Amino acid sequence: MFCEREAVIRNAEGLHFRPIMQLVAIASQYQSAVRVHHNDRSADGRSPMELLMLIATQGSKLRLTAEGEDADAALTALTELVESGFGEA
Amino acid sequence: MIIKKGISASPGVAIGPAFVLDTEDYRIPRRTVEPSQAPEQLRILDAALEASRQELAELRVATARRLGEQAAMIFAFHEAFIAEPGLRRAIVQLIERQHYTAAFAFSNEMNRRQREFRAVADAYLKERVKDLQDVERRVLRNILGRAREDITRLTQPVIIVAHDLTPSQAVSIDRAHVLGFALNVGGQTSHVALIAKLRGIPAVVALNDITSDVTGGELLVLDGSHGIVVCDPDDANVERYRESQAEHRRQEIHLKQFRGLPSVTRDDVRVTLHANIELPEEVDAAIEAGAEGVGLYRSEFLFLAATRPPTEDEQYEAFLDAVKRVKGAPIVIRTIDLGADKISAAVGPSRDPNPDLGLRSLRYCLQHLDLFKQHLRAILRASAAGDVRIMFPMVTTLMELRQAKATVADVMEDLEEDGIAFRHDVPIGMMIETPAAALLSESFAREAAFFSIGTNDLTEYTLAVDRANERVAHLYAPHNPAVLRLLRMIIDSGAAAGVPVSLCGEMAGSPLYCKMLVGMGLRQLSMAPQDIPEIKRVIRSTTLPDCQEIARRALGFDNDRELLNYLRDVTREDDPERL
Repeated sequence: MFCEREAVIRNAEGLHFRPIMQLVAIASQYQSAVRVHHNDRSADGRSPMELLMLIATQGSKLRLTAEGEDADAALTALTELVESGFGEA
Repeated sequence: MIIKKGISASPGVAIGPAFVLDTEDYRIPRRTVEPSQAPEQLRILDAALEASRQELAELRVATARRLGEQAAMIFAFHEAFIAEPGLRRAIVQLIERQHYTAAFAFSNEMNRRQREFRAVADAYLKERVKDLQDVERRVLRNILGRAREDITRLTQPVIIVAHDLTPSQAVSIDRAHVLGFALNVGGQTSHVALIAKLRGIPAVVALNDITSDVTGGELLVLDGSHGIVVCDPDDANVERYRESQAEHRRQEIHLKQFRGLPSVTRDDVRVTLHANIELPEEVDAAIEAGAEGVGLYRSEFLFLAATRPPTEDEQYEAFLDAVKRVKGAPIVIRTIDLGADKISAAVGPSRDPNPDLGLRSLRYCLQHLDLFKQHLRAILRASAAGDVRIMFPMVTTLMELRQAKATVADVMEDLEEDGIAFRHDVPIGMMIETPAAALLSESFAREAAFFSIGTNDLTEYTLAVDRANERVAHLYAPHNPAVLRLLRMIIDSGAAAGVPVSLCGEMAGSPLYCKMLVGMGLRQLSMAPQDIPEIKRVIRSTTLPDCQEIARRALGFDNDRELLNYLRDVTREDDPERL
């Protein structure tokens, strides 16, 4: 199964250390291969370094894709995390 | 004997053996192995990754306890970086297909990643290359089975010699065994300089290649006050510096007696001495040194130290901490005073071809109102707890001052609506550090509650000299007659309008200028805490008519060399033993 969603970075600090750690932790809970796309770059959802290199700041629009049995569940959890601003202001 | 000149990052003299931190890349002894050896290399790799992960977990917990969660996040990230399956996968491929050794394969993959990082045009990410190097060294050390060279495990007092210190190293400094720092790179505002100053460790930075000039165990003399390191000094030099070390201590004891005494001239003119600080913790040392308040709290340090912009609550906590520590005395919080490049390391990418004349400081804040309001909100919330005053830096036009004041009013309204306490009559003043503000000081005096003269920037902008540029630094002189005339203009404007004028540049902490400044009419000076006892001594030794005579003569010179000679003569007469 292949799924695709969009999510906007809400928190002021953007996709930096802490949000990335949260994202990696959640992506690692699922079987599906998760990728995060921003502008012309894309990152493995389990790679802190690749995610950091997306340079996603507040207001950046991310495209999330997942391929695997639990792709839909994975993306639901991840878009919720991103849209909630990673629990930050 | 070699004498190396760098930049003074923290004052004092240290004499002791060098401890050269191996910050160079580890030399990898073997690059390839027989195919049959691959499983052994995989085992070595996995053991090293696991050992590194464990070290980082320990470091993360210890750092969280000592320095808080935000600093610990750095190591959590390093941990996650090592744990990433893709990293191991790439290295395993190199070992299995290319028959690389674990060390060579790992280092190869890390170099590839560092190159990718460097290729991204983003200041924040560029800084993160240091984190990758930190991780690389840690894992390589484990692969090669090297002993851990932690600064935490020193057994005798040493002078640390290194290219630079990584985040891991900076947090693990063992004060009891570190006499001083000598680094290849760095500046006066680097993290190492800050830590060194806070803990009273002499430090010299920007020494270029000190690591290659010094071998471990070699005797060093480090003069942090003058930015000098003497490698393998002769007996005469050691003797001379031991004396100056002792003199430094005697001087401190001598000056201590001034701490409790009021800062008045012999004819009873009060000159209030305030401290310049960057961190709340520094307030204690400032009061200990005799400061009657904080004349300049450089709030931007919060932004420099973080990997992301601090939240409102984090800013509030820091301000509140400082306000509580001054115990009711005045504390002037200067709003963020950073170049766009420094802010963007925390906020997002931007480019300014000429940062000193670019989008910086208050200009940046007025264009990024969300950030500015959040900052002001944190300051105002802290204002409920003491005598907080707000000061705007880098003002050039009256409109900027009005806009900034209007923003404060907006934030006050929001706080009022939210039912949050703050000081309603918080005084709002400004730095005068551009020639424009100095020339218009008469107009500014009608709208600002107080002035504080930033002579460092005022001198640079007036003389069009970047003092960090060694080719023109000789032109930098706060006693240049052009600068002094601006000072007189500002002081007179303040006096005419009844607006208090302080001076918070480095000039304020120098005995050379003290009497002249008092003679010109200043009654408030703000300086580094360690300068306060000495300035108080000068003030207590003089009278207002003496100071006025010195100011009158000083303003008569039209050449900065002659003026400097005059001031030196006056200072020497005053205390012939000390110069």
